[in-house]
Amino acid sequence: MRRSDSHIWRKIKSALASAIAFISAVLVITPLALVFFHLVINGASSVNWDFFTKLPAPVGTIGGGMANAILGSLELLALAGAIGIPIGVLGGVYLAEYGSARINSVLRFLADVLNGVPSITWGVVVYGLVVLRFKGFSAYAGGLALGLIMIPLILRTTEEVVLLVPNGYREAALALGVSRWKTIVHIVMKTASKGIITGILLALARVGGETAPLLFTAFGNRFWNHSLNQPIAALPLQIFTYAISPYDDWHRQAWAGALVLVTGIFCVNILVRFLTRGRGATIA
Amino acid sequence: MAVAASIAVEERPVQARMASPSRFGDKAFEWLTLAMAMAVVVLIILIGWQLWIGSSVAIRKFGFHFLVTSTWDPVAEQFGALPFIYGTLVSSLIALLIAVPLSIATAAYLTELAPLWIRQPLVSLIEMLAAIPSVILGLWGIFVMIPWLRDYPFPFLKRLFGWTPFFSGPIYGPSMLAGGIIIAVMILPIITSVSREILRSVPDLQREAAYGLGATRWEATRIAVLSYAKKGLFGAVILGLGRALGETMAVTMVIGNTPQIAASLFKPGYTLASVLANEFTEATTDMYLQALFEIGLVLFGITILVNLLAQLLLRTITTTSTTRAVQ
Repeated sequence: MRRSDSHIWRKIKSALASAIAFISAVLVITPLALVFFHLVINGASSVNWDFFTKLPAPVGTIGGGMANAILGSLELLALAGAIGIPIGVLGGVYLAEYGSARINSVLRFLADVLNGVPSITWGVVVYGLVVLRFKGFSAYAGGLALGLIMIPLILRTTEEVVLLVPNGYREAALALGVSRWKTIVHIVMKTASKGIITGILLALARVGGETAPLLFTAFGNRFWNHSLNQPIAALPLQIFTYAISPYDDWHRQAWAGALVLVTGIFCVNILVRFLTRGRGATIA
Repeated sequence: MAVAASIAVEERPVQARMASPSRFGDKAFEWLTLAMAMAVVVLIILIGWQLWIGSSVAIRKFGFHFLVTSTWDPVAEQFGALPFIYGTLVSSLIALLIAVPLSIATAAYLTELAPLWIRQPLVSLIEMLAAIPSVILGLWGIFVMIPWLRDYPFPFLKRLFGWTPFFSGPIYGPSMLAGGIIIAVMILPIITSVSREILRSVPDLQREAAYGLGATRWEATRIAVLSYAKKGLFGAVILGLGRALGETMAVTMVIGNTPQIAASLFKPGYTLASVLANEFTEATTDMYLQALFEIGLVLFGITILVNLLAQLLLRTITTTSTTRAVQ
């Protein structure tokens, strides 16, 4: 009798723990639901043709859009990619193909530590390196800050997917007399290309939403940027400026901008999920 | 002689006779990739060096006092970082208090307790939360979270715990507590996903042994999985702490940005990252800029130490159990 009592009690305790864990999981994703709900409620009505095609209206006037910020963000991402993608991908290839175990563990360790460096720190560093030296905020400085953030991200994902390529592929190519570097570029990297692109897309989605490194590098701009030597607008920066402003119309546009930015980032994430589904089928 | 030599050449193994046409290409490619991989070393040094030379004058002028005094007066050029260090630590601590139990319980749910069909969708949702940019969470914080906190939970906390110094005084809205809560939201996904990896790397033998002894699901989770993974979970928490300390935009938008050291969590605060975000472009004098660079150096120093610790803790876990972590 007592034994079955304690058994029931243990069962109840187990169910209770499961229930608490379930509630925790719900609480963890509640902010996601709430943020998305409020973005749609407050932002959807302001995402219109003007938003994508017009410059910000002068202070005090209603209307205008964020066309320059959207283009600016794309330009910054292109600059960041030009820096981050080659360095990250080739660095990752080194770790997977050449490095000795000891060098690799050190480099991997440093890359993980770099991933933990606060993004605002990159802004401060690039401010010192570029903005102070060349006496001005510029698209180049912003792109550099974002590009540097991308390096350790891409390096780690590239290494992981290149390691997944079966050794038989390399051996087959080498046996045919193909040189090592051509094997790596044409066989290994090509096989892993989906995974490498996935890593690049995730890194772009991540830095595309970054604000802190741009505050004092790209700086923001209320007009079109005509030269990469000049300050440039970016969507996250514009959202920040509008959010902390005292104007209702700007708040409305900040919500719209946030909805557009989040939609873009989610689309990239869904695309990535689509890509990795294919990869899982072929390699793992 | 000549004949013998030619025969000797003939008899050399085929492989050696085939000239490898692209030795240079191989070497060049290896060196190129090595140079790129070395970027991570260069970057760490670059950050430290730039922050150091950017703040050298301030370091010489203020010395150790910079860390322990609380005057922040750009006009009189008196700079002390204590309120910012305090704000960073307190807001991160609040964030950990909220995020750690939730994240670890969620990770346990995802790996041990949840029905199988619910796991992948939940993981995807958590990844989406991780993808929300800080500035958007801050926007939501300003216009949705703060008004709600000010109207409901804050007065409630004040009624319950108003007798303690932590929940006394007037309620403004933007506050240390609001900052801590928004940081908690920011670090929930990372602690959850790292903890989940850690729990997944616990060998199945552990679970089987517990179930074999007649353990219930929760008992197996607690005894065989959670206690086995203790060190790794601690690593996940420390990693979350590293992110919390450096969190910038969302905190800047809700913490109130007032350099003060107040016991009440309803009062506004300021963090190292926020002061950089707010004041960097306003730094009009050289010494002001130097002091801000030194703030950056302090922030970098703290986060690098915390991240080193986290990576060391996590490294030992994953190297002992990589076989299953691949799954």
